[in-house]
Amino acid sequence: MKEPFPNNLTKRIIPCLDVKDGVVVKGVQFRNHKVMGDILELAQRYRDEGADELVFYDITASSDGRVVDKSWVKKVAQILDIPFCVAGGIRSVADARQILNDGADKISINSPALERPEFISELADAFGVQCVVVGVDTRREDDGSLAVYQYTGDETKTIQAKHDTISWVKNAQELGAGEIVLNCMNNDGVKQGYDLEQLEKIRDAITIPLIASGGAGEMQHFYDVFKHARVDGALAASVFHSGTIPIPDLKAFLKQKQIPVRI
Amino acid sequence: MSAAKIDIAVIDSGGANIASVMFALNRLGRKGVLTSDPDQIEKAPHVILPGVGAAADAMNTLRKRDGLIDCIHSLKQPVLGICLGMQLLYDYSEEGNTDLLGAINGEVKHFQKQYDLTVPHMGWNKLIGLGKHALLNNLDNAPYFYFVHSYKAPISKHTIAGCEYGQNFTAIVARNNFMGCQFHPERSGKAGAQILENFLNL
Repeated sequence: MKEPFPNNLTKRIIPCLDVKDGVVVKGVQFRNHKVMGDILELAQRYRDEGADELVFYDITASSDGRVVDKSWVKKVAQILDIPFCVAGGIRSVADARQILNDGADKISINSPALERPEFISELADAFGVQCVVVGVDTRREDDGSLAVYQYTGDETKTIQAKHDTISWVKNAQELGAGEIVLNCMNNDGVKQGYDLEQLEKIRDAITIPLIASGGAGEMQHFYDVFKHARVDGALAASVFHSGTIPIPDLKAFLKQKQIPVRI
Repeated sequence: MSAAKIDIAVIDSGGANIASVMFALNRLGRKGVLTSDPDQIEKAPHVILPGVGAAADAMNTLRKRDGLIDCIHSLKQPVLGICLGMQLLYDYSEEGNTDLLGAINGEVKHFQKQYDLTVPHMGWNKLIGLGKHALLNNLDNAPYFYFVHSYKAPISKHTIAGCEYGQNFTAIVARNNFMGCQFHPERSGKAGAQILENFLNL
C-alpha cells in the first residue's frame, strides 16, 4: 500500500444555497420553491457556523436562458470572508468575468460545458484553473455503467449526455477544470449517504480536487465519503438548511473520528 | 500630472478577483485603490500586489506599464504579495518558465505528483514553523488559511511560516519590506483579516 503523504489540508464542508430571483429558496425537485431567506443573512450564518466554502446555485438562470440579475454576488463578496462559488447560467467568458470581478472566487459550469467542452479551456485560459469548477450530474445505470446527464435543472428537458462519467471528468480535467463537483443522481435527495462506489472510481480517475454531492442524511455519511471515497469536500443542502446537521456538531464528530477539519 | 496620494495602492496585475481584496480592506475600515501608476504606487504608505491566474500573464501585465517594474523594486514601504502576487516576488517560476520580480531569492515550482495529492492545493490548511514577525501578531496557535494554488515557493531563510502539502513550502515570506502570503487572507476568515491588519500596522 502506498503511504499517504504528510498533509494538513482539511476536508471542506460546503453548504449549497439555491438562489432564485435574488433570494435563497428551497424546493422539492425544482418545483414549489419556498423562500428560505435573505442571501446575506444565510451566508453569514453558515460562515459563523464554520462552513469552509459556500456554493450559490442560481436556479433562475439554468433552464430558461434569460439574462439574470446577479447583483447579489457583489454584496456577498463584500461581507463574506470565506471563499464562495457561483453556479448556474454561466454561458460565456463575459458572464464569468462579471461574476469574478464582483468578487466570487470560483464559477461552476455544467450543461454549457457539455454543449461546448472548449468553454472549460476558455475559462481556464482567461482566469486560471483555480476559478473553474465543472459540475457533473451522473447516474449509475442498471448495467453498472456511469452516465452523465444534462439539463437536470428541468426534468422535462433532462437528457443523457453522450459521455460516460469517467471519460467526461478526465476530459474536463484535461481541458482545464480546477475542481469537479460530482452530483450523484441515484443518491440525490434520498439521504441514504453519498455514492461511495462511484465517487471512489472518479477519485481514482482524476488528480484535481473532487467534491461529493447528493445523498447526505446524517453525520456518518460525511465520515464515510471522506474516509472511503477520499474526496476533498462534501456538499450538502437540505441537512444544513433544515438544521438536521449543525455544522459545528458535524465538524466535532469528524474531528473525533480523525478526519482533518478546520475548527 | 501629479498623482493623488492614496492610502493603500493595489497594483493592477491583471486578472479578475481583485474585488475580494478591496472588500477585505473595506471591512477593516480602509480603502485600496487599484492602480498601475508608478507615481501613485510610490507615494502610497502600503502596497499590495494581488494576483490570480498565471505567472507569465501577470508579469506581462506589469511589464507593459512603463517604469512599473523599476518602481516595485525601488519601494521602501511595506509591500504585500498575495497568492500569485507573493510568487511574483521570487526570481523565477516554472509556470510558463518566466523571470519574476526577483525581490526574494528562489524558484517557484509545481507541486510534484504524489499518491493522492490533488492539485491545485485547494482548501484550508494550517501554518507550521511560525517565526517571529509583526505580520504574525495575534494569531491563535496554528490557525487555518484558505489556499488555492498549483505552484509553490521553497522554504528559505526568508520563510516566516510554512505549510505542509506533500512537500513543505512557504506560506508567508518576508524579506525587509517585501512580504507575501501564498494563501488568500481576504478569504481566510478572522485569521486572514488579522494578517491584513498586521500588515497595515507596519
